Amino acid sequence: MEYFIELFFSGLTRGSIYALIALGYTMVYGIIGLINFAHGEIYMIGAFTSFIVATVLSILGFPLLAIFVIAALAAAVWSSAYGFTVEKLAYKPLRNAPRLSPLISAIGMSIFLQNYVLLAQTSDFMPFPQLIPEFGFMEPIAGIIGSSDLVILLTTAVVMVILTWLIKFTRIGKAMRATAQDRTMAMLVGINVNHVISVTFIIGSALAAIGGLLIASHVGQINFFIGFIAGIKAFTAAVLGGIGSIPGAVLGSFILGLTEAFATGYVSSDYEDVFAFSLLVLILIFRPSGLLGKATIEKV
Amino acid sequence: MNFSTKMFSLLSAVALTVAFSTGAMAGDVIKIGIAGAHSGDLASYGLPTVKAAELVVKHINEKGGINGSKVELMVEDDVCKPEVATNTATKLVSGGVNVVIGHICSGATKAALPIYNEADVIVMSPSATNPALTQSGDYPNFYRTIASDDAQARTEVDFAVNVLKAKKIAVIHDKGDYGKGLAEFAKLFIEQGAKAEVVLYEGITPGAVDYSAVVQKIKRSRADAIIFGGYHPEASKIITQIRKKKMDTIFISDDGVKDNTFIKVAGKYAEGVYATGPADVSSNPITKQYREEHMKVYGSEPGAFFDNAVAAAIVLTNAIEKAGSTDPKAIAKVLHTQIAETPFGEIMFDEKGDAIGVGFSMYQVKDGKYVQVK
Repeated sequence: MEYFIELFFSGLTRGSIYALIALGYTMVYGIIGLINFAHGEIYMIGAFTSFIVATVLSILGFPLLAIFVIAALAAAVWSSAYGFTVEKLAYKPLRNAPRLSPLISAIGMSIFLQNYVLLAQTSDFMPFPQLIPEFGFMEPIAGIIGSSDLVILLTTAVVMVILTWLIKFTRIGKAMRATAQDRTMAMLVGINVNHVISVTFIIGSALAAIGGLLIASHVGQINFFIGFIAGIKAFTAAVLGGIGSIPGAVLGSFILGLTEAFATGYVSSDYEDVFAFSLLVLILIFRPSGLLGKATIEKV
Repeated sequence: MNFSTKMFSLLSAVALTVAFSTGAMAGDVIKIGIAGAHSGDLASYGLPTVKAAELVVKHINEKGGINGSKVELMVEDDVCKPEVATNTATKLVSGGVNVVIGHICSGATKAALPIYNEADVIVMSPSATNPALTQSGDYPNFYRTIASDDAQARTEVDFAVNVLKAKKIAVIHDKGDYGKGLAEFAKLFIEQGAKAEVVLYEGITPGAVDYSAVVQKIKRSRADAIIFGGYHPEASKIITQIRKKKMDTIFISDDGVKDNTFIKVAGKYAEGVYATGPADVSSNPITKQYREEHMKVYGSEPGAFFDNAVAAAIVLTNAIEKAGSTDPKAIAKVLHTQIAETPFGEIMFDEKGDAIGVGFSMYQVKDGKYVQVK
């Protein structure tokens, strides 16, 4: 039973990280119908930004909590700037182009950003400072759930609550929902659609950056390529839950994380990805638009 | 080259070597073939062997040769390609070589060996590490002065079982050719040794977000030691998560992990980790002498497999001298029974043709540095 609980938390931790990234995918898809393949790279840039900020601050002798908060803010702001710029440069000019064009542009952006970080930083793996201390009160159960797992779970939960509030109860949230429903109609009633899209990219990027910081601190290393696999997995989670749906992305991420953890724990880690993707295929066979996705009816 | 001309050249090669190999008299020239990649992508693996042989042979000829016969080198390029290597071998054999140092790549060596076998020529590679070359028993004329690929797994397992007395071992690999290959050998050796058991055998996905589920599994298996086949990025992630879970499981890995990046990334968690790597021979006088000579003659640091090639050249010339002839049987007898002084210290060859005394050493991270375990 203890083993089950350990695996459960391990899966939840993974799921939380996937969720933070998957939200960006799903929000962007919901609003402009684009799969933003450069999103994994935004996550990676978030990890690098927090790495640089945290290293500088720890040299200056800041307390750990301050480093954590400042690094998270800096990563969120800097990644948002990237997300915003990527949208303006690579997607906005293609807003009325065929759907394939922005998709290719997104793949191009992903490759560009990866190589940019490779050249601007390094191809080596870098040691990431441990920003989450081992809490004293976690000591008795440290074997089951580590302090960083706890912080990841809590941070993700808090972020989810804030995001839900933002979308349900604020003006910009309302505008986002309206744009998602019908972009032309939203424009007609006076919503600045370009502004809404920018905000969506900014929020998605900030979430991914926080995910990058958390996981980098959890595993203790980063390099320029970490965004690729994390991005693919988060994208899978978003599709699993129903792309375009925010609760769907979260649900899909947790299902994916837990499947991977249990497949590794009870079967073999050789088949971790096999199980994860078999699940995806199965769900898509029975629910082609994902678990919580709405079936879209094409009007002819 | 079509089949009939190939056959013809092969036959003539055989005929020629039979004529030549029946014992060189004093005053004759002893021909040592050097085969390997001397051009193309992998030239940097082959050229140091040529230089090593040149240096060794220069010394011998200055002293008047082997038993009065001068030594001559026949250098042939195989660009590390199996299809070229057969031609290279045919050329050397038909040119009347007595012994061959080469080939460099395992694939090329494998392709060339049947030709040398036919012609009964002794071949010694400084770099071909494929285990089957010696262990299959198909090539009795083949020797090598480098440890085979499985030697590393052997070192890891012996160390875990005999030195650290581990009873339960988890074997983890990264599913890659290198890591999985090592892990398979490690598993086999543990099972053959029957002193310890493999409690877990798992492949992990390189680059995954984290490995905590695998770490939980290792914990549940109650392994005393982990043997990991793979490279440092995964190793540092795993060791970090293991130590964070307060597990003190011994971590043993390979030369893909014996890299300073591993220590840099894993930081304090790297302390105490074991990794195998080539033995450090830089303090051996013969090694020093030849490395300095290389610097003097060619004006640069020696390249890959230089020490192994020097060892091969010394061992072969020494064997011809002691055998008193170039008869392959006499040379083989010396190789198997008499010790030679080489850059790796004293070596001789086991019945399969692998050098005893050339191999891997165990290193451990102590105070942020890999230190050889005595």
